[in-house]
Amino acid sequence: MIELKNISKKYGGRQALQNVTLTIPQGKIIGLVGENGSGKTTLLKLMAGLLTPDEGKATYGGSPITRRIAEHIAYMPDTDLFYPYFTVQQLFDFYASQFDDFDVVKAKEIAQFLNISLDAKMKHLSKGNRGRVKIAVTLGREASYYLLDEPFSGLDPMVRADIAKGLIRFTDIERQTVIMTTHEIREMEPLLDEMVVLKGGQMIASESVDEIRDVYGMDATSWMMSLFRE
Amino acid sequence: MGMDFLPDKPIYQQLIERITGDIIRGTCQPGEKLPSVREYAMEAGVNANTMQRVYKELEQMKITETKRGQGSFVTSDIERIDELRDEMKEQLVQSFIQNIEALGFSTSEMMDYLQKRGGQDD
Repeated sequence: MIELKNISKKYGGRQALQNVTLTIPQGKIIGLVGENGSGKTTLLKLMAGLLTPDEGKATYGGSPITRRIAEHIAYMPDTDLFYPYFTVQQLFDFYASQFDDFDVVKAKEIAQFLNISLDAKMKHLSKGNRGRVKIAVTLGREASYYLLDEPFSGLDPMVRADIAKGLIRFTDIERQTVIMTTHEIREMEPLLDEMVVLKGGQMIASESVDEIRDVYGMDATSWMMSLFRE
Repeated sequence: MGMDFLPDKPIYQQLIERITGDIIRGTCQPGEKLPSVREYAMEAGVNANTMQRVYKELEQMKITETKRGQGSFVTSDIERIDELRDEMKEQLVQSFIQNIEALGFSTSEMMDYLQKRGGQDD
């Protein structure tokens, strides 16, 4: 379990996160939503051990989160960080050399499911196919948590649907948790168990998607917009 | 992506309605095996937890049964399916009555009209 307690983070003079307290249970798909600059990526990086909080405590299974948490958490950044001259196969081999839990067989199965050729060079792939490769190397790890930063942004509807299907097919929700930042709320709502809403660095709501529809009688998008109008 | 859902009702409820609809319509036969939770989740484009809940509630409603190690099946109990059909008729009639009352029609007026209209198909 990941627990954040009264977390604050500043970049220079700018307050990126302010007093955020949040518990991430296991076995859920959680959407982290909010405007650009609301602190979503910062929160994800704190959970991934890529940033340390200025104040508050971030723990995983009771111990403070450090860079070493990468053993248990697969973090997918929103940028491409691949060597352009690598083939997909070489990229998989590289991941296998870096992460003990990387399962090459599973990664190849995902690549096949997403129609990516293992011989293709990264620099020759379209943006959509790079997005597919990114999800394949991330889900190729048998991690407890997958932290995905904007897995769908800038991709066409076919790629988005493929990635969503890959997420359903290749994660085991009984023991794995997915946390993703997204702006495509309407489209991704059926994938989510819960939504965490950030505004100006503060967490303004955290709710189960079923509850939102049951209690407020509206979908996640309208609910979020109503929060921002308040 | 997957199926479309209405905004004002939980997605698991809409999926339950979709499956019961298939059973009433006969596109899903008594005793037929349902896809696994994960297969169905992928097809519908929904979270596996949501699909799990759908299957659990269908089983509690005795619309499906789980056979150990084999998966979920539509009930073979024809009486239960007849009951389901009646429940659906009742639901349809209730919403029909609500609609006509909102416009000030009486049920007897509508019944007369339905009879006069006969079995026209349009």
